[in-house]
Amino acid sequence: MLAYYLSLIVLVPILSFIILVIFGKRWGDKSAYVSIAAVLISLGLSIKALIDVLGGLNTKVLFTWASIGNFHITFGLLLDSLSAMMLVVVALVSALVQIFSIGYMHGDKRYGWFYACLSMFTASMLLLVFAPNYVQMYVAWEGVGVFSYLLIGFWFEKRSASQAAKKAFMVTRVGDLGFAIALILLYINAGTLDMDKLFAMHFVPALAATISILMFFGAIGKSAQFPLHVWLPDAMEGPTPVSALIHAATMVAAGVYLVARSYPLFEKGPVSLEFVAIIGTITAFMAATIALTATDIKKVLAYSTISQLGYMMMGLGVGAFAAGAFHLFTHAFFKALLFLGAGSVIHAVHSQEIFEMGGLWKKMKITSITFIIGGLALAGVPPFAGFWSKDEIILGAYTSGHTAIFWIGILTALFTAFYTFRLIFVVFFGQPRADHHGGHVHESPAVMSIPLLILGFFALTAGLLGSPFVHNAFQGFIAPGHEAEAVNPFVMGLSIAVALIGITAAWLKYGTQVLPSNVISKNNPIYKLVANKYYMDEFYYYVLIIPTHAVARFILEFDQKVIDGIVNGVAKIIAVFGSGMRRLQTGYVQNYALFMLVGLIILIIWSFRFLGIH
Amino acid sequence: MVIPLSWYLIVSAILFGIGLIGVLLRQNAVTILFSVEIMLNAANINLVAFSRYITPSAISGQMFALFVMAIAASEVAVGLAIVLTIYRNIQSVDIDKINIFKW
Repeated sequence: MLAYYLSLIVLVPILSFIILVIFGKRWGDKSAYVSIAAVLISLGLSIKALIDVLGGLNTKVLFTWASIGNFHITFGLLLDSLSAMMLVVVALVSALVQIFSIGYMHGDKRYGWFYACLSMFTASMLLLVFAPNYVQMYVAWEGVGVFSYLLIGFWFEKRSASQAAKKAFMVTRVGDLGFAIALILLYINAGTLDMDKLFAMHFVPALAATISILMFFGAIGKSAQFPLHVWLPDAMEGPTPVSALIHAATMVAAGVYLVARSYPLFEKGPVSLEFVAIIGTITAFMAATIALTATDIKKVLAYSTISQLGYMMMGLGVGAFAAGAFHLFTHAFFKALLFLGAGSVIHAVHSQEIFEMGGLWKKMKITSITFIIGGLALAGVPPFAGFWSKDEIILGAYTSGHTAIFWIGILTALFTAFYTFRLIFVVFFGQPRADHHGGHVHESPAVMSIPLLILGFFALTAGLLGSPFVHNAFQGFIAPGHEAEAVNPFVMGLSIAVALIGITAAWLKYGTQVLPSNVISKNNPIYKLVANKYYMDEFYYYVLIIPTHAVARFILEFDQKVIDGIVNGVAKIIAVFGSGMRRLQTGYVQNYALFMLVGLIILIIWSFRFLGIH
Repeated sequence: MVIPLSWYLIVSAILFGIGLIGVLLRQNAVTILFSVEIMLNAANINLVAFSRYITPSAISGQMFALFVMAIAASEVAVGLAIVLTIYRNIQSVDIDKINIFKW
């Protein structure tokens, strides 16, 4: 019974994928209902699973997938507090995003295919969450990568979209290489890839650290950590609901989930956790500064996602395991909300440039209110969701003695508040800046605004589950061993203060005319550095792409000149032969008869002479 | 008097030579077909003569000659059909005019 309903959580979206691949084209707009029904069934079953886990269930269902001699690959469904939490988040956000997409994707010619991809993405993500061993995790990991690729490149007629899809796929593949090597090392040293067996084993710290860091490379790629974060901003070429689901709430969190899931392994080599913390901190800070200068609404949110993922890694790295997982949980809601809100805005004004928007507050009340709720959650203002989880992470850095990480975390929180409210003030307040959409802007239809309201509710309340008011119930549920930190008034006060300072600064700069608009010169070298995203794309272009092209060109030359030269030479020799021999072919039948006669006579003489026939 | 085997072979060789020269030198396609028939019949004479002189109790050579005749008949049927087609195309049976199968 248990195995049945747990497998149905994954199987129903797969079934929907199969149905939509076959009938999606014919059904057109009706395809959405199949996929939404499937994900709602998954959501219902996931909630049941969560309730069971809350009731003390902690189980693992295993199937044998393949047996080769003594080597068995099992496929299974691991249900514990972490996976149950993720199941509900994935299914819930997926359901809301799919409902939102009815309105957003209305009239698209590949509507059925869009929902097919969303279904299969959800199934892969659920499979990843369920994974009790690394083989299954790797399969699902690549599965979400493939559907992310297909959805980023959904509008592949646009060259930038197809290139962004390729970039996302290839950049994450770099990280996956590390993941694959980690799995090979694990199998060589431990002889198994089952998580519970691995976690019970003893490893030399150096080996455990090596494996963990290699595994973390996979997470760096998937969760867009420095230095492999470059694909995520480009992935915004995909439809906005896809950005909300895949590139904000679920798939990019897979890297964080991997680290959280493998936490016992990381703990065996503590150096790896320091590495995670440092990468997370660099990512959080760097992405937040880039977000300060971005002017595309989705790019701002993309960099903010990278920054928040950096926070999660920072939390996991400094030992605040529950706080990292908690931030993953709250971030999924408020970032999905912000992206869907951005989608609603883009749907209305047909532009992504924030300085072409403005004054939307009057025209789009629901979108504005929910977006501001999401913004407050992101900026870390109590009692919104982001505050509790981010505060926990910063507190974790403080209590574990990572002073530098703590201060960078605080500074990043300041930037976060500033860029979030820069976005809000520019987009929703002030005067409309471009006239071309002035009269037509209106609130989005109910299928789009209702998911916003539901996510807004969660962005407002999800954080309370882990707040001190309920004795950090969430952390106790996810990580019973990791005691939640006591409230530290200094850290909490500082965290609130920087959030408010950031919001005030944004208001002074963009909400009023108090600060002059040229307070920072556009020619300032630091501004240029940040606005050009630290020249990371250029760095990759000159360091990786140009040498690769040079090598490829050399090999092309070699292939065309040497390899093809040999082949063409052989053909040419035969052609020369042929042009001589073909003159024997005169067209006179009697000549041929004569040749036959001559040949026959030669054969007869030869057989008499050399074969000795008498 | 008994005619020795070699006489038959000589006749056969002469006939074969006549046929061969006809095939190689004549220009009329119908004449060439006739010459091929002569060569076949030269072979038939050989077959029958060898059979009669070497294995008189069996008639395998004679049987073989009958088969050759049947095949020659069908060959002539096909050959004449081809010649007719050529004639329809170029209004001639001169094979020197049909040298289009070449480089």
